Amino acid sequence: MTDFTPLASTGGGILIGLSAILLMAVNGRIAGISGIMAALLPPDRAATGLGWRLPFLAGILVAPVLIGVGLARAVDTNPAPAYAAHLLQHDVSGNLVLMAIAGLLVGFGAVFGNGCTSGHGVCGLSRLSVRSLAATATFIAVAIATVALTRHVWGG
Amino acid sequence: MMRSLLSFAAGLLFGLGLVVSGMSNPAKVLNFLDMFGTWDPSLAFVMGGAVLTAFIGYRLVLRRSAPLFASAFHLPLRTDIDRPLLTGAALFGIGWGLGGFCPGPSLTAISFAEPGTLAFVPAMLVGMIGAKIVRSAGSAGRSVPAE
Repeated sequence: MTDFTPLASTGGGILIGLSAILLMAVNGRIAGISGIMAALLPPDRAATGLGWRLPFLAGILVAPVLIGVGLARAVDTNPAPAYAAHLLQHDVSGNLVLMAIAGLLVGFGAVFGNGCTSGHGVCGLSRLSVRSLAATATFIAVAIATVALTRHVWGG
Repeated sequence: MMRSLLSFAAGLLFGLGLVVSGMSNPAKVLNFLDMFGTWDPSLAFVMGGAVLTAFIGYRLVLRRSAPLFASAFHLPLRTDIDRPLLTGAALFGIGWGLGGFCPGPSLTAISFAEPGTLAFVPAMLVGMIGAKIVRSAGSAGRSVPAE
Protein backbone atom coordinates (compact mmCIF):
# COMPACT_ATOMS: atom_id res chain seq x y z
CA MET A 1 0.00 0.00 0.00
CA THR A 2 1.09 3.56 -0.67
CA ASP A 3 -0.89 6.67 0.28
CA PHE A 4 -2.76 8.56 -2.43
CA THR A 5 -1.05 11.99 -2.50
CA PRO A 6 -2.92 14.19 -4.99
CA LEU A 7 -1.52 17.52 -3.73
CA ALA A 8 2.14 16.52 -3.40
CA SER A 9 1.98 14.63 -6.70
CA THR A 10 0.40 17.53 -8.59
CA GLY A 11 2.96 19.89 -7.04
CA GLY A 12 5.83 17.59 -8.00
CA GLY A 13 4.37 17.31 -11.49
CA ILE A 14 4.32 21.10 -11.81
CA LEU A 15 8.03 21.19 -10.85
CA ILE A 16 8.75 18.63 -13.59
CA GLY A 17 6.78 20.76 -16.06
CA LEU A 18 8.74 23.87 -15.04
CA SER A 19 11.98 21.93 -15.55
CA ALA A 20 10.89 21.01 -19.08
CA ILE A 21 10.06 24.65 -19.83
CA LEU A 22 13.40 25.88 -18.47
CA LEU A 23 15.39 23.34 -20.50
CA MET A 24 13.50 24.36 -23.64
CA ALA A 25 14.02 28.07 -22.96
CA VAL A 26 17.74 27.65 -22.27
CA ASN A 27 18.80 24.94 -24.71
CA GLY A 28 15.85 24.44 -27.02
CA ARG A 29 15.74 20.80 -25.99
CA ILE A 30 13.14 18.27 -24.90
CA ALA A 31 13.61 17.13 -21.27
CA GLY A 32 13.69 13.46 -22.16
CA ILE A 33 15.86 11.64 -19.65
CA SER A 34 16.52 8.56 -21.79
CA GLY A 35 17.38 10.66 -24.84
CA ILE A 36 19.76 12.83 -22.84
CA MET A 37 21.44 9.78 -21.28
CA ALA A 38 21.65 7.91 -24.57
CA ALA A 39 23.36 10.86 -26.25
CA LEU A 40 26.21 10.46 -23.74
CA LEU A 41 26.58 6.73 -24.38
CA PRO A 42 28.39 4.91 -27.20
CA PRO A 43 28.11 4.30 -30.12
CA ASP A 44 27.91 7.68 -31.90
CA ARG A 45 28.28 9.67 -28.72
CA ALA A 46 27.07 13.26 -29.20
CA ALA A 47 30.07 15.45 -29.98
CA THR A 48 28.50 18.58 -28.54
CA GLY A 49 26.01 19.38 -25.78
CA LEU A 50 28.03 18.03 -22.84
CA GLY A 51 27.74 21.51 -21.30
CA TRP A 52 24.00 21.13 -20.76
CA ARG A 53 23.45 17.35 -20.68
CA LEU A 54 25.87 16.62 -17.83
CA PRO A 55 24.68 19.46 -15.54
CA PHE A 56 21.04 18.51 -16.18
CA LEU A 57 21.65 14.89 -15.15
CA ALA A 58 23.79 16.06 -12.21
CA GLY A 59 20.87 18.18 -10.99
CA ILE A 60 18.59 15.13 -11.01
CA LEU A 61 21.17 13.10 -9.08
CA VAL A 62 21.74 15.83 -6.48
CA ALA A 63 18.07 16.76 -5.84
CA PRO A 64 17.25 13.89 -3.42
CA VAL A 65 20.46 14.54 -1.47
CA LEU A 66 19.44 18.18 -0.99
CA ILE A 67 15.98 17.11 0.15
CA GLY A 68 17.59 14.62 2.55
CA VAL A 69 19.82 17.32 4.05
CA GLY A 70 16.92 19.77 4.27
CA LEU A 71 14.73 17.18 5.99
CA ALA A 72 17.46 16.22 8.44
CA ARG A 73 17.70 19.89 9.46
CA ALA A 74 13.94 20.26 9.70
CA VAL A 75 13.79 17.19 11.93
CA ASP A 76 16.53 18.66 14.16
CA THR A 77 14.60 21.82 14.83
CA ASN A 78 10.99 20.70 14.80
CA PRO A 79 8.95 17.54 14.37
CA ALA A 80 9.09 16.20 10.82
CA PRO A 81 6.04 17.01 8.75
CA ALA A 82 3.81 14.01 8.28
CA TYR A 83 4.56 13.64 4.58
CA ALA A 84 8.31 14.09 4.97
CA ALA A 85 8.98 10.57 6.16
CA HIS A 86 7.37 9.18 3.01
CA LEU A 87 9.32 11.41 0.68
CA LEU A 88 12.59 9.59 0.87
CA GLN A 89 11.11 6.14 1.20
CA HIS A 90 12.26 3.69 -1.46
CA ASP A 91 10.69 0.28 -1.67
CA VAL A 92 12.83 -1.34 -4.34
CA SER A 93 12.55 -5.04 -5.08
CA GLY A 94 15.46 -7.01 -3.64
CA ASN A 95 15.26 -9.48 -6.53
CA LEU A 96 18.41 -8.38 -8.32
CA VAL A 97 17.90 -10.60 -11.37
CA LEU A 98 14.41 -9.17 -11.84
CA MET A 99 15.70 -5.61 -11.42
CA ALA A 100 18.52 -6.19 -13.92
CA ILE A 101 16.06 -7.59 -16.49
CA ALA A 102 13.76 -4.63 -15.83
CA GLY A 103 16.69 -2.25 -16.33
CA LEU A 104 17.68 -3.87 -19.63
CA LEU A 105 14.11 -3.63 -20.95
CA VAL A 106 13.61 -0.05 -19.79
CA GLY A 107 16.92 1.12 -21.25
CA PHE A 108 16.51 -0.74 -24.54
CA GLY A 109 12.83 0.10 -24.94
CA ALA A 110 13.24 3.80 -24.14
CA VAL A 111 16.01 4.34 -26.67
CA PHE A 112 14.53 2.04 -29.34
CA GLY A 113 11.15 3.79 -28.95
CA ASN A 114 12.72 7.27 -28.94
CA GLY A 115 11.62 8.25 -25.47
CA CYS A 116 10.41 7.35 -22.00
CA THR A 117 7.97 8.69 -19.43
CA SER A 118 9.57 12.14 -19.57
CA GLY A 119 10.25 12.57 -23.29
CA HIS A 120 7.02 11.00 -24.54
CA GLY A 121 4.85 11.10 -21.41
CA VAL A 122 5.47 14.69 -20.32
CA CYS A 123 7.16 16.67 -23.10
CA GLY A 124 5.57 14.85 -26.03
CA LEU A 125 2.03 14.96 -24.69
CA SER A 126 2.32 18.65 -23.87
CA ARG A 127 3.44 19.26 -27.48
CA LEU A 128 0.40 17.23 -28.60
CA SER A 129 2.68 14.80 -30.46
CA VAL A 130 0.83 11.85 -31.99
CA ARG A 131 3.89 9.62 -31.73
CA SER A 132 4.25 10.41 -28.04
CA LEU A 133 0.57 9.74 -27.42
CA ALA A 134 0.88 6.34 -29.13
CA ALA A 135 4.05 5.51 -27.18
CA THR A 136 2.63 6.65 -23.83
CA ALA A 137 -0.63 4.74 -24.29
CA THR A 138 1.38 1.65 -25.27
CA PHE A 139 3.81 1.64 -22.37
CA ILE A 140 1.17 2.42 -19.75
CA ALA A 141 -1.12 -0.34 -21.07
CA VAL A 142 1.72 -2.88 -21.27
CA ALA A 143 2.96 -1.92 -17.80
CA ILE A 144 -0.55 -2.31 -16.32
CA ALA A 145 -0.81 -5.74 -17.96
CA THR A 146 2.66 -6.68 -16.66
CA VAL A 147 1.74 -5.77 -13.07
CA ALA A 148 -1.61 -7.57 -13.38
CA LEU A 149 0.20 -10.72 -14.51
CA THR A 150 3.06 -10.62 -11.99
CA ARG A 151 0.93 -9.61 -8.98
CA HIS A 152 -2.40 -11.28 -9.59
CA VAL A 153 -1.91 -14.16 -12.02
CA TRP A 154 1.56 -15.57 -11.31
CA GLY A 155 2.35 -13.97 -7.98
CA GLY A 156 0.00 -13.62 -5.11
CA MET B 1 28.78 28.82 -17.77
CA MET B 2 25.33 30.37 -17.46
CA ARG B 3 24.01 27.69 -19.78
CA SER B 4 25.41 24.92 -17.59
CA LEU B 5 24.11 26.54 -14.40
CA LEU B 6 20.61 26.92 -15.79
CA SER B 7 20.69 23.34 -17.11
CA PHE B 8 21.74 22.18 -13.64
CA ALA B 9 18.82 24.19 -12.19
CA ALA B 10 16.48 22.47 -14.64
CA GLY B 11 17.81 19.05 -13.54
CA LEU B 12 17.41 20.04 -9.92
CA LEU B 13 13.78 21.05 -10.52
CA PHE B 14 13.17 17.76 -12.30
CA GLY B 15 14.70 15.72 -9.49
CA LEU B 16 12.85 17.66 -6.79
CA GLY B 17 9.64 17.13 -8.73
CA LEU B 18 10.22 13.38 -8.90
CA VAL B 19 10.92 13.11 -5.15
CA VAL B 20 8.14 15.47 -4.01
CA SER B 21 5.60 13.74 -6.24
CA GLY B 22 6.57 10.36 -4.78
CA MET B 23 7.61 8.95 -8.18
CA SER B 24 11.12 8.25 -6.97
CA ASN B 25 9.62 5.36 -4.99
CA PRO B 26 8.95 2.38 -7.30
CA ALA B 27 6.23 1.12 -4.94
CA LYS B 28 4.14 4.18 -5.76
CA VAL B 29 4.57 3.65 -9.49
CA LEU B 30 3.75 -0.05 -9.25
CA ASN B 31 0.63 0.75 -7.22
CA PHE B 32 -0.48 3.15 -9.95
CA LEU B 33 -0.07 0.35 -12.47
CA ASP B 34 -1.86 -2.11 -10.17
CA MET B 35 -5.36 -1.06 -11.18
CA PHE B 36 -6.77 -4.42 -10.12
CA GLY B 37 -5.20 -4.31 -6.66
CA THR B 38 -3.76 -1.63 -4.39
CA TRP B 39 -4.40 1.22 -6.84
CA ASP B 40 -2.76 4.57 -6.04
CA PRO B 41 -3.80 7.14 -8.70
CA SER B 42 -1.04 9.63 -7.72
CA LEU B 43 0.98 9.14 -10.93
CA ALA B 44 -1.91 10.47 -13.00
CA PHE B 45 -1.74 13.70 -10.98
CA VAL B 46 2.01 13.96 -11.58
CA MET B 47 1.48 13.56 -15.32
CA GLY B 48 -1.45 15.97 -15.27
CA GLY B 49 0.48 18.66 -13.39
CA ALA B 50 3.56 18.26 -15.56
CA VAL B 51 1.76 18.13 -18.93
CA LEU B 52 -0.51 21.09 -18.17
CA THR B 53 2.42 23.20 -16.95
CA ALA B 54 4.62 22.33 -19.93
CA PHE B 55 1.72 22.78 -22.37
CA ILE B 56 1.34 26.39 -21.28
CA GLY B 57 5.07 27.09 -20.82
CA TYR B 58 6.14 25.56 -24.16
CA ARG B 59 3.65 27.84 -25.93
CA LEU B 60 5.23 30.92 -24.36
CA VAL B 61 8.83 29.77 -24.89
CA LEU B 62 8.36 28.64 -28.49
CA ARG B 63 7.07 32.07 -29.45
CA ARG B 64 10.66 33.26 -29.25
CA SER B 65 12.80 32.90 -32.35
CA ALA B 66 15.52 30.92 -30.54
CA PRO B 67 16.43 29.55 -27.10
CA LEU B 68 18.66 31.65 -24.83
CA PHE B 69 21.85 29.65 -25.35
CA ALA B 70 21.39 27.78 -28.61
CA SER B 71 20.82 28.80 -32.20
CA ALA B 72 17.55 26.93 -32.65
CA PHE B 73 14.88 24.81 -30.97
CA HIS B 74 15.36 21.08 -31.49
CA LEU B 75 11.88 19.64 -31.74
CA PRO B 76 11.04 16.15 -32.98
CA LEU B 77 9.19 16.60 -36.26
CA ARG B 78 8.11 13.07 -37.07
CA THR B 79 4.43 12.23 -36.96
CA ASP B 80 4.46 8.65 -38.29
CA ILE B 81 3.76 5.84 -35.85
CA ASP B 82 6.28 3.20 -36.86
CA ARG B 83 7.11 -0.23 -35.53
CA PRO B 84 10.23 0.70 -33.50
CA LEU B 85 8.20 3.33 -31.62
CA LEU B 86 5.58 0.78 -30.53
CA THR B 87 8.03 -2.11 -30.00
CA GLY B 88 10.25 0.11 -27.90
CA ALA B 89 7.33 1.44 -25.87
CA ALA B 90 6.03 -2.10 -25.26
CA LEU B 91 9.44 -3.39 -24.07
CA PHE B 92 9.77 -0.28 -21.93
CA GLY B 93 6.33 -0.99 -20.44
CA ILE B 94 7.30 -4.55 -19.48
CA GLY B 95 10.46 -3.33 -17.74
CA TRP B 96 8.60 -0.46 -16.08
CA GLY B 97 5.95 -2.86 -14.78
CA LEU B 98 8.56 -5.33 -13.49
CA GLY B 99 10.76 -2.87 -11.61
CA GLY B 100 8.64 0.24 -11.07
CA PHE B 101 11.51 2.36 -12.35
CA CYS B 102 11.74 4.50 -15.46
CA PRO B 103 14.99 6.35 -16.27
CA GLY B 104 14.42 9.59 -14.28
CA PRO B 105 13.35 8.03 -10.97
CA SER B 106 16.11 5.42 -11.20
CA LEU B 107 18.57 8.34 -11.17
CA THR B 108 17.00 10.05 -8.15
CA ALA B 109 17.05 6.67 -6.38
CA ILE B 110 20.79 6.11 -6.91
CA SER B 111 21.84 8.08 -3.82
CA PHE B 112 19.78 5.73 -1.62
CA ALA B 113 21.95 2.87 -2.89
CA GLU B 114 19.33 0.13 -2.61
CA PRO B 115 20.73 -3.11 -4.13
CA GLY B 116 17.78 -3.29 -6.54
CA THR B 117 18.52 0.21 -7.83
CA LEU B 118 22.19 -0.59 -8.24
CA ALA B 119 21.24 -3.67 -10.28
CA PHE B 120 18.75 -1.70 -12.38
CA VAL B 121 20.78 1.34 -13.43
CA PRO B 122 23.84 -0.36 -15.00
CA ALA B 123 21.53 -2.81 -16.80
CA MET B 124 19.54 0.16 -18.11
CA LEU B 125 22.72 1.75 -19.49
CA VAL B 126 23.58 -1.55 -21.22
CA GLY B 127 20.07 -1.65 -22.68
CA MET B 128 20.43 1.89 -23.99
CA ILE B 129 23.76 1.09 -25.65
CA GLY B 130 22.21 -2.06 -27.11
CA ALA B 131 19.30 -0.11 -28.60
CA LYS B 132 21.68 2.43 -30.12
CA ILE B 133 23.67 -0.39 -31.74
CA VAL B 134 20.55 -2.13 -33.09
CA ARG B 135 19.10 1.13 -34.36
CA SER B 136 22.21 2.31 -36.11
CA ALA B 137 22.61 -1.11 -37.72
CA GLY B 138 18.98 -1.10 -38.85
CA SER B 139 18.86 2.42 -40.21
CA ALA B 140 22.36 2.87 -41.56
CA GLY B 141 22.74 6.49 -42.55
CA ARG B 142 19.31 7.60 -41.42
CA SER B 143 19.57 9.49 -38.16
CA VAL B 144 16.60 9.62 -35.84
CA PRO B 145 16.67 12.38 -33.23
CA ALA B 146 15.99 11.09 -29.73
CA GLU B 147 13.05 12.66 -27.95
